Amino acid sequence: MSWMAWTLPTGIFFGTIACLLVIFTILAVRFPETPRTGVLGIETTRGDRLFITLLGSAFINLAWLGLTGMPQPWAMLVCLIWAAAVFRWV
Amino acid sequence: MDKPVNHKAWFLVLPVLVLVAFSAVIPLMTVVNYSVQDTFGNNVFFWNGLGWFEDLLSSERMWNALGRQLIFSGVIIAIEIPLGIFVALNMPKRGVWASVVLVLMSLPLLIPWNVVGTIWQIFGRVDIGLLGYGLDALGIDYNYTQNPIHAWITVVVMDVWHWTSLVALLAYAGLQSIPDAYYQAAKIDQASRWKVFRFIELPKMAGVLMIAVLLRFMDSFMIYTEPFVLTGGGPGNATTFLSIDLVKMALGQFDLGPAAAFSLMYFLVILLISWVFYTVMTNLDKRGG
Repeated sequence: MSWMAWTLPTGIFFGTIACLLVIFTILAVRFPETPRTGVLGIETTRGDRLFITLLGSAFINLAWLGLTGMPQPWAMLVCLIWAAAVFRWV
Repeated sequence: MDKPVNHKAWFLVLPVLVLVAFSAVIPLMTVVNYSVQDTFGNNVFFWNGLGWFEDLLSSERMWNALGRQLIFSGVIIAIEIPLGIFVALNMPKRGVWASVVLVLMSLPLLIPWNVVGTIWQIFGRVDIGLLGYGLDALGIDYNYTQNPIHAWITVVVMDVWHWTSLVALLAYAGLQSIPDAYYQAAKIDQASRWKVFRFIELPKMAGVLMIAVLLRFMDSFMIYTEPFVLTGGGPGNATTFLSIDLVKMALGQFDLGPAAAFSLMYFLVILLISWVFYTVMTNLDKRGG
């Protein structure tokens, strides 16, 4: 494993994503759902909304880093708002 | 859709997931790990946090490469899509010539990318290449190895030569699916050729054209081999697109940290475009386009 050059923060990062995937997999199996059409005009399931949230969060973090110059953890707050919006309206 | 989706079938793709984990996910995780560290070799790493990302986001080099990449993708789409439609409209619809033309149109698509680069590299040379020699003989001072504009024109023309047939074939497939009744109705209404194109052919081709645009955008956004063989990213940095710049950084300078951060940002953009591509395609399918 040493060749992968693991660090604690990246470990936590991937651990969180892995946990999210496991949780959403369990949710999808236990509570099957009907895809719905939201503001983007496309059909989405919970999994799709998770993907949109994660991808959007990556861009929010990059934009925060490149544009604001404020401490990075604050970007996570924006990401949470983004996540709530995606799960509510997309 | 009224029926809930049964997600249990997803477990059947587990073997593929394991394969992808080894071929893509684990290497990608390693890239993420590299992107937050610095190394001087010997597998010894130093924590650098988000430093590389910060450096890159404010680096002129990356933004310039991204700018060149976007201009390149924009230019080739602006040329290849109308040209592909034009070619498709003029291809024979049936008979033996239809098959001959289809085979001819497929030929450029079958040539490996590095060979395309080599073909154009020789074709454009002033001393032995037909194009370069011909232009020189006409009194045009053409030299793609020294003049950035000539290099750009050559790279764009090479891409157009290589990929317009893909657009043409897709548009042709769209045209072939239009029933004759539409044309007959247009004839009865005495519609002009332009109106037939605007109100029958173009809407019927919209689905495949969308696929063509997205395919060409994706492909041109990741282009590496052809310009690398043709110009090597030069003259200067004139044709250094994102992937060429990335390889220079990762393998030329062996800056693993910045290259990892660069490739992650590149990956995110590609992922976003792929998602748009996938979403548009599946939605077109649902609408029966």
